[in-house]
Amino acid sequence: MIPFNLLVPVCLAYVLFLFWVAFAVERRAARGPVPWLRSPLVYTLSLSIYCTAWTFYGAVGYATRSGLEFMTIYLGPTLVFVGWWWCLRKLVRIGRRQRVTSIADLISSRYGKSNMIGVMVTLIAVAAATPYIALQLQSVTLSFGAFAAGVPDGWAQPGRDSTAIWVAVGLALFTVLFGTRTLDANEQHHGVVMAIAVEAVVKLVALTAVGVFVVWGLGGGPARMFATIEASPLAEWTLNPGRWVGLTMLAGAAVMCLPRMFQVLVVENVDERHLATASWAFPLYLFAMSLFVLPIAVTGLAVLPAGSNPDLFVLTLPLATGQGWLAMLAFLGGFSSATSMVIVAAIALATMVSNHIVMPLWLALRPAQAGRDDLRGIALLARRLAIAAIVAMGYAYYRLSGGSAALAAIGLISFVGAAQVLPAMLGGIFWRGATRIGAAAGLIAGGAVWAYALFLPSFGPDAVFSQVMLAEGPFGIGWLRPQALFGVTGMDPLLHALFWSLALNTAAFCLGSVLSFPTPLERVQGAAFVNVFEEGPGAPGWGRGQASAEDLLVMAQRILGDEAAEALFRREARAQGKASPLPDPTPGFIGALEREMSGSIGAATAHAMIAQVAGGAKVSVDELMAMADETAQIMEYSAQLEAKSEELARTARQLREANEKLTQLSVQKDSFLSQISHELRTPMTSIRAFSEIMMGGDTPPEMAARHARIIHDETIRLTRLLDDLLDLSVLENGTVRLSVETVRLDKVIDRALAAAGSTRPERRFAVMRDPGPEAIHIRTDPDRLTQVLINLISNARKYCLAAVPELRIRVRQRGGRVTIDVIDNGEGIPEAARAMVFEKFARLTDQTRAGGAGLGLAICREVMANLGGSIDYLPGQGGAAFRVTVPLRAPAAV
Amino acid sequence: MRRPRPPLFLAPDRYRRRRLMDGARMLPVAGAFLLLLPILWRPTAEGHHTAAEGLYLFGVWGVLILAARLLSRPLLSTEDDPPPDQGDPAAAAGGDSAG
Repeated sequence: MIPFNLLVPVCLAYVLFLFWVAFAVERRAARGPVPWLRSPLVYTLSLSIYCTAWTFYGAVGYATRSGLEFMTIYLGPTLVFVGWWWCLRKLVRIGRRQRVTSIADLISSRYGKSNMIGVMVTLIAVAAATPYIALQLQSVTLSFGAFAAGVPDGWAQPGRDSTAIWVAVGLALFTVLFGTRTLDANEQHHGVVMAIAVEAVVKLVALTAVGVFVVWGLGGGPARMFATIEASPLAEWTLNPGRWVGLTMLAGAAVMCLPRMFQVLVVENVDERHLATASWAFPLYLFAMSLFVLPIAVTGLAVLPAGSNPDLFVLTLPLATGQGWLAMLAFLGGFSSATSMVIVAAIALATMVSNHIVMPLWLALRPAQAGRDDLRGIALLARRLAIAAIVAMGYAYYRLSGGSAALAAIGLISFVGAAQVLPAMLGGIFWRGATRIGAAAGLIAGGAVWAYALFLPSFGPDAVFSQVMLAEGPFGIGWLRPQALFGVTGMDPLLHALFWSLALNTAAFCLGSVLSFPTPLERVQGAAFVNVFEEGPGAPGWGRGQASAEDLLVMAQRILGDEAAEALFRREARAQGKASPLPDPTPGFIGALEREMSGSIGAATAHAMIAQVAGGAKVSVDELMAMADETAQIMEYSAQLEAKSEELARTARQLREANEKLTQLSVQKDSFLSQISHELRTPMTSIRAFSEIMMGGDTPPEMAARHARIIHDETIRLTRLLDDLLDLSVLENGTVRLSVETVRLDKVIDRALAAAGSTRPERRFAVMRDPGPEAIHIRTDPDRLTQVLINLISNARKYCLAAVPELRIRVRQRGGRVTIDVIDNGEGIPEAARAMVFEKFARLTDQTRAGGAGLGLAICREVMANLGGSIDYLPGQGGAAFRVTVPLRAPAAV
Repeated sequence: MRRPRPPLFLAPDRYRRRRLMDGARMLPVAGAFLLLLPILWRPTAEGHHTAAEGLYLFGVWGVLILAARLLSRPLLSTEDDPPPDQGDPAAAAGGDSAG
C-alpha cells in the first residue's frame, strides 16, 4: 500500500517533470527546428487529449452503467479520422492557408471575418468547456479521495474543495507559463505539445497496465475474461438505437469541434502529411484505450464491494488488491489525462477570448491610442487572465453542480455544446452559399436550445430552473418544458437536447443562408475556403488605400514584435526590388501582412486593425470590380505575352533556317575556293615545269617548240577559266549588260552550230533540225543565247560516245515562251548526277577528257536566268537532253 | 457499319490514384454501416452476448484501422499533385463569385 503522503510528492515530482519537458523543448525549439519534435508520432499523441479523465476513469463507469455504449464515444472519432480525406484534410489545409488560430477564428474568418460570429462561437465554446474542465477537476479530486480513503491517521482526507482549488491553481500556472510565452505566429506551442505527448504515453501505459493486470492477473486470461463478461450483470444492458446512432455522430462532431481538439488537430499541425499517419494511428490509440474498459468494469463489479463508485474502478481495483504501485501509475495516468485536457482547452479558449472579445473591445474602447500601445503585451495579458478565468469557471461549475454527477453525463453535455458549431463549420467549408446571417442564426438557435434543454438543467433542480418549471414548463406552457420540447417526451434528456439543438441549428443556418445576401468579403472568403484545394492566391481584398508603409510597420511591430515585423517588411521590399527597407503597400502585401497578423491575433481583429490603417474597413463591390478589372488586365497582358512569344518562336525558326542556309553557303564557298585553286594550280604547274625545262637552254628546238605550245595551251586554258569565272561572277551579281534585239531563232542556232563545230572537229554529227518552228522572231540577247547553245552543243560533241552520233534540236513555242531542246544519242546523265550538273566545277567524267573547268553549265544557268528563262535537264529522251526555255520577249528591265 | 471503337485511353497511374481517393472516401461510410449494425440486433432468448458484440465491434474497429493504414501511404503520394476533380466545378468557374 502506497502511503497517501507519498502520493503528493510523487504527484509534484511528475508535474515538475512535465514542466521540465515543456521548458527543455521550448528552449531547444528556440535554437532551431527539431525534426523529431514535430513528427507524426508527436502529432498523433497530442491528439490523444481527446481521451481526458472522462475516458480514463469515466469510460469504465460508463460501461458499468450502459454496457458497450461507451464505445460510441470512440467509434465516432474513428470514423471521422478514417474518413480524413473527406473533411479533416480540408480543415487542416484551410487552417494552414488562412493561419487560423482557433475554431472561432476559422468560422469568423469564413463568414467575412465577422467578429460577431467569433464572439458567438467563443461564448458557446467557453460555456461548453466549463463542465468539461469541472469534470477534470472532479476526477482528480475523486482520485485523491480514493487514495486518502484508506489512510487511517495523520493525513485526514483533505477537503475536496481545497484539493480541487490547488489542482486548478497549478494547472492555470502551468498553462500561463507555457501557453502564453509568446504570441507565436500560428499559435503553435512546442513545449506544451511535447508535454501533452508525454502525458498521452503515460495515460496509455497506465490504463494498459491496469487492463493487463485485470485480464491476466485477476481474470485468468482472455478466454476466461470473455466468459466472465458474458455472465456479468453488466451484460444486461440494452442497446438504445437512438443513443447508439446519436452518440456516435455526436462524438464524431465533437472531435472536430471541441476547441481543444481543433487546437491540436488544426492549429498545432505543422505538416499536413501528419494527418495521414494520424488517420490510422489515432483510432489505434483510441482502440487501445478502450480495449480494457469492459474487463476492468466487469472485474470491478465482481471484486469491489457493492456501491463502489464505478468511475474509480481503474484506481480502486489495484488499491483493493494491494497493487500500490499500479494504483500509483493509474493515478498518474488519470492525472495526466485531466491536466493535459485542461491545459490545451485553456490555451484554446483563452486565444479565442482574447482575439474575439478582449482585443476588439480594446480597439473599440481606445481607438485613439490604438496606434501607440504595445498590443502584444495587452494580448498576452488578456490571454493569461482568460486562462485563469476559464479554469476558475470550471472550478465554479464543479462547486455548483455538486461534483456528484456521473462523469459521462457531464462530458456529454459539453460535447453537445461543442457540436453546435458543426453546421456553421461544415457548411462554411463545403457550401459557398453559407452566409454570416445563416451562421449566426444557427449558432444562436443551437446554443440557446442547448443551454435551455441541457446545460442549465444540468445544475440540478432548483439551481437555475425550478423543479416546477422543469416538470411543467415556463409559465405552465407544456410544450416548452426544457426536457420535453414541442411535446417530445419519449427521448432521454441528452438525446432530446442533441436532436432539437442540432435540428433547429441546421434549419436556422440553412434558412438564414438561403434568405440573406452575403457581403463581398464573405463571398471572397467563402470561395477561398470551399475551393481551398484549387491553388491560387486568396483575394487580398485591400485596395490601394491610404496606408503608408510606415504606418503598417508601426502596427505590425506591435503585433509581431520589432524584429519579426522588420524582417517581414525587409523581405517584402527585397521581393519588390526596392533598396529601402520599406516596401510599397501593395494590396498583395497588405493581404499577406493581414494573414501574418491573423496568425497571432485572429482574422477578425487583424482585419479590423489593418482596416484602421489602410482605411476602408470593408471590401466594397467597387473594389471587387476593380480587382476583377485587374485580373482581366493581367489576363489580357498574358495573352499579349503569349502572342509575343509565338512571334519570337517564329522569328527564331526563321533565324535558324537562315543560319542553316548560311552554313551551307559557307560550305559551298569553301569547296568553291578549294576547287578553283585546284583548277588554277594544274595549268600553272605544267606551265612552270615546261618553262623551267626551257630555261635550262639545252633543249632541242623541236622540243622547245612543243613545250612552248603546251605552255601556250595551258595559258589559254587559264585565261578561259578566268574569263569564265569573271563571266559567272558578273552573271551572278546580276550586273551583266544585255544587248536585247529581235532575231530569228534559226539564225541563232546556225551560229551556235557553226561555232561549236570547232570542238572535236574530227567527229561528224548528224544534226536533225525542224526548220518550221525555228522560223520565229524573238527578242533576246542573241550573243548570250548563242553562248548557251554553243555550250550545250559542244558538250554533246564532247561527251556523246555513240558510234553514229547524232544531235537533235527541237524548237517549240508554248504561249509566250520558246523551248529549245538539245538532245544527243549518248548515254545521257545518270539520274543521281542530274541535280548537280549545273553546279560550278561539276564534272561527271575525269578532267582530262572534259578539258574545261566545269563552269559551262553553271554559266548557262546564270545566263538563262538573266534572260528571264531557264535551263533544265530533260529526262527520258534516249540520251543527254537539255531544254532551254526563253521568253519570246525578254523582260525589258534587264 | 460501325467500326469497333478503340478503347478509351486512361492513364492507368492517375486512374488508380483517383480510385484510391474514392476508396478513402468510402471507408468511413462502410465503417459507419458496420458499426451501426448492432442497432438491428435484438437480445436472443438465451440472453445477451455483450462480449461477443464487443468482439465484433473491436474487430470492425481493427479492420478500419488497418484499412486506413494501408490507404494512408499511397494517398500521401497523391497529395503532391492536387487532384483536379476537387471542389464544385461551377464554383470553380467563378460563376458565383463576382459581386
